[in-house]
Amino acid sequence: MTTAVLFDKVSRHFGAVRAVDSVDLAIVEGEFFAMLGPSGSGKTTCLRLMAGFEQPTDGHIEIFGETAEGVPPYRRNVNTVFQDYALFPHLSILENVAYGLMVKGVAREERLKAAEAALAMVKLPGYGTRRPGQLSGGQRQRVALARALVNRPRVLLLDEPLGALDLKLREQMQEELKTLQKSLGITFVFVTHDQGEALSMADRIAVFNDGKIQQLGTPEEVYKRPQTRFVADFVGSSNVLSPIFVKRLGYPARYASLRPEALSLGQGTGARKTVTGRLVATNFLGASNRLTIEADEGTRIAAMVPASIAVPEQGSGVTLSFAAEDLHLMDDAA
Amino acid sequence: MSAITDNSILEGRSGTFGRLSDFFWRNPKILLFLMLAPPLLWLGIVYLGALFALLLQSFFSIDEYSGLINYEFTLDTYRQLLIPSNFDIILRTVVMAALVTLASALIAFPIAYYAARYARGKWKALFYLGVMLPLWSSYLVKIYAWKLILAKEGILTWIFAKLHLSWLLDGWLSLPIVGGNSLSISYTGTFIVFVYVWMPFMILPIQAALERVPGNLIEASADLGGHPAQTFRYVLFPLALPGIIAGSIFTFSLTLGDYIIPQIIGSSRLFIGQAVYAQQGTAGNIPLAAAFTVVPIVIMGLYLWMAKKQGAFDAL
Amino acid sequence: MRSDRTTSAPLGLKIAAALGLLFLHLPILLIFLYAFTTEEKSYQFPPPGYTLQWLSVAWNRPDVWQALGLSVRVASIATAIALVLGTLCAAAVSQTRFFGRETISLLVILPIALPGIITGIALRSAFSVAEIPFSFWTIILGHATFCVVVVYNNAVARFRRVSGSLIEASMDLGADGFQTFRHVILPNIGTALLAGGMLAFALSFDEVIVTTFTAGQQQTLPIWMLEELVRPRQRPVTNVVAMFVVLVTLLPILAAYYLTREGDQVAGGGK
Repeated sequence: MTTAVLFDKVSRHFGAVRAVDSVDLAIVEGEFFAMLGPSGSGKTTCLRLMAGFEQPTDGHIEIFGETAEGVPPYRRNVNTVFQDYALFPHLSILENVAYGLMVKGVAREERLKAAEAALAMVKLPGYGTRRPGQLSGGQRQRVALARALVNRPRVLLLDEPLGALDLKLREQMQEELKTLQKSLGITFVFVTHDQGEALSMADRIAVFNDGKIQQLGTPEEVYKRPQTRFVADFVGSSNVLSPIFVKRLGYPARYASLRPEALSLGQGTGARKTVTGRLVATNFLGASNRLTIEADEGTRIAAMVPASIAVPEQGSGVTLSFAAEDLHLMDDAA
Repeated sequence: MSAITDNSILEGRSGTFGRLSDFFWRNPKILLFLMLAPPLLWLGIVYLGALFALLLQSFFSIDEYSGLINYEFTLDTYRQLLIPSNFDIILRTVVMAALVTLASALIAFPIAYYAARYARGKWKALFYLGVMLPLWSSYLVKIYAWKLILAKEGILTWIFAKLHLSWLLDGWLSLPIVGGNSLSISYTGTFIVFVYVWMPFMILPIQAALERVPGNLIEASADLGGHPAQTFRYVLFPLALPGIIAGSIFTFSLTLGDYIIPQIIGSSRLFIGQAVYAQQGTAGNIPLAAAFTVVPIVIMGLYLWMAKKQGAFDAL
Repeated sequence: MRSDRTTSAPLGLKIAAALGLLFLHLPILLIFLYAFTTEEKSYQFPPPGYTLQWLSVAWNRPDVWQALGLSVRVASIATAIALVLGTLCAAAVSQTRFFGRETISLLVILPIALPGIITGIALRSAFSVAEIPFSFWTIILGHATFCVVVVYNNAVARFRRVSGSLIEASMDLGADGFQTFRHVILPNIGTALLAGGMLAFALSFDEVIVTTFTAGQQQTLPIWMLEELVRPRQRPVTNVVAMFVVLVTLLPILAAYYLTREGDQVAGGGK
């Protein structure tokens, strides 16, 4: 396994703000890597450090084993799909896609042919003569993708590329991006604040908060075994239970995460753990209902139950049960 | 393809441009310095230097007998500004600038309001050009046009005569202060030309301020029972005020410093600009001329300071 | 201000706006009428008769041609200097955040914000202190100083629209600083610079207040006109020249408007 991007204790400070704070990271060649976190968590700054738009205040960056700090963006074989696409408004779509080849001195005929091919790859053949302003958001997104990929970068950086698209289009593009990445075998590094997007697309996810990586793992690991309260809450809004509460359930006194969908209504059968409380809210979500109960000391627990099951009356006492192994103890000390 | 490599880091560009580009990328401050140096040197040396030299002169005095400049620090020259004949000039100019500003705002507001709220598409462009063209037309030609209009044998006299209103014009001209032998040598004439030449500078800032007022605010005021006059007084005017103040910076400052309009159209009594011109030219009294120029600088300084407190700069 | 409904303006407002615009335009139109009057000695209205003879009289006046030639040369060079200085300044101010940006904006605007007479007399006394004799170049020195702001304003407005991510995108795709300037920045700010240059030219071509202080014996066209205004000698020739000046300044203003109308608030801000 080759390491595509390596961060060794990389920090980037803006004045007193530690946007990226001593991050260690190794992205493997050919993987679809997501950097997930709320805005201001440092994920975008990490992306910009890889692209070369930012320089680390401290630490060391390698791209395929070569030192990257001090190397301008135009000398990195790394390309970016920008959040606002950043298509050149004065150039046609074809010229936009061919731009990277043009500045590298590829002959006109050759680069236009390559650009046409790249446009066909993102399913926009024949759009070359139009201007960016004449395309829809989704189409511009594809052009931005083609413009980056035509350079055959060793790493493709995507900065919230689907953020501006509506839900339907976003789901479609997620699918296409994933397929594209697999077929090209290029390392994709993807920044998003949408946990669903990260979970569905990435091979591995790094969850960022406050300039630090909170957890790095496969989507399943991050989702099922969050290591910190932040991850538990941010990825799939898990129930985060206090050590006292957890201890009363018969576990060691540590913070624990319990996924809403792991809970079911009623005692259940076999050796299931139970919590009881008063039903305080019911939200209908289509296929399921989210029930919120208030247990002792005001601890609120949400449960996702199929919509086919009748919902108890508001305010009534409710028992929820879960399999013992679904409660995940976290590393957080306090 | 030749330019596509498997290297993750590409070779440094050869050639001067490539190396220079890398150098500037690594040292953005040097690039910034190189970009800023020429304009700042030019403005700093040519303009600020000259301005500073001028201000310095105002602290010197002139020897009354030899007419030579006495290079010793003194506030005498400033004291001279306060003698009645000089102080009258200052007062006259400031009053004129204030009146011109007021009249400009009155005439400009309907144009700006119409352009901002009602003009659409083609009309909007036409309005814009309708303001821009006179604003950018030759200053001297504009004055010249008014010399033609205000002349005793000119179009205005003719119109008054055709309307059998000559008595009105004569009556006005016989008034003290605002009157005179003919409109072109009266304060009234000076005032009209000042308003004509500087008023366009008032329109665009007001329009810009009004463009930012959402149309539904007017409707909300009407909906809440506001009479149109009340809507104007309590909604529109306060929101347009920053624009009016921004525009008044131009009209006020430009009137304060103008010496050509009152020289060509007006009575023989001087305005600040003329006094400066006369002192530095025929009288050769550079220190007094310099002291005179400090007056509009100070007035504009105060004016800008007040305008800034009102948030007028956002409307510029 | 935006109103979704297309309401019609109150009559009073329409009249006031129309009168205001008429007030702005009628005097200029009058110039055209006077260029063809047969009256030589006064500004009589209505003109007693109309003639085309003054056009040829003015055409054959060497002093007019000389003044025009000087004005064009001064305006061209002053505009070129202003283009370089204004663009550099705008690029520095808008592409980078640094301490003192506000001060620099103020410094650029100052020559036009303060009354022209101050700029003029300041330059004149500086020339006399430095013992620089008046010449073609002293006129240009003054003109370039106040033309910078026009270019600067136009360029800054456009630079703001060339978002930082376009420049990053260009570098990301492998273009170095010079290539980015050549292929991305210049095409995007080009029309704004052209517009700024046109306006700077118009401003310089028309300038009289500063010029009276920085010119020696040489006459630019505005100085020539000023002489005629103060001591009218050749009224019919002045009329023709005035008409010519109106027409000549019209062109760059219209051109500048069409170059920049998409998007940014332009032109007027400068003067």
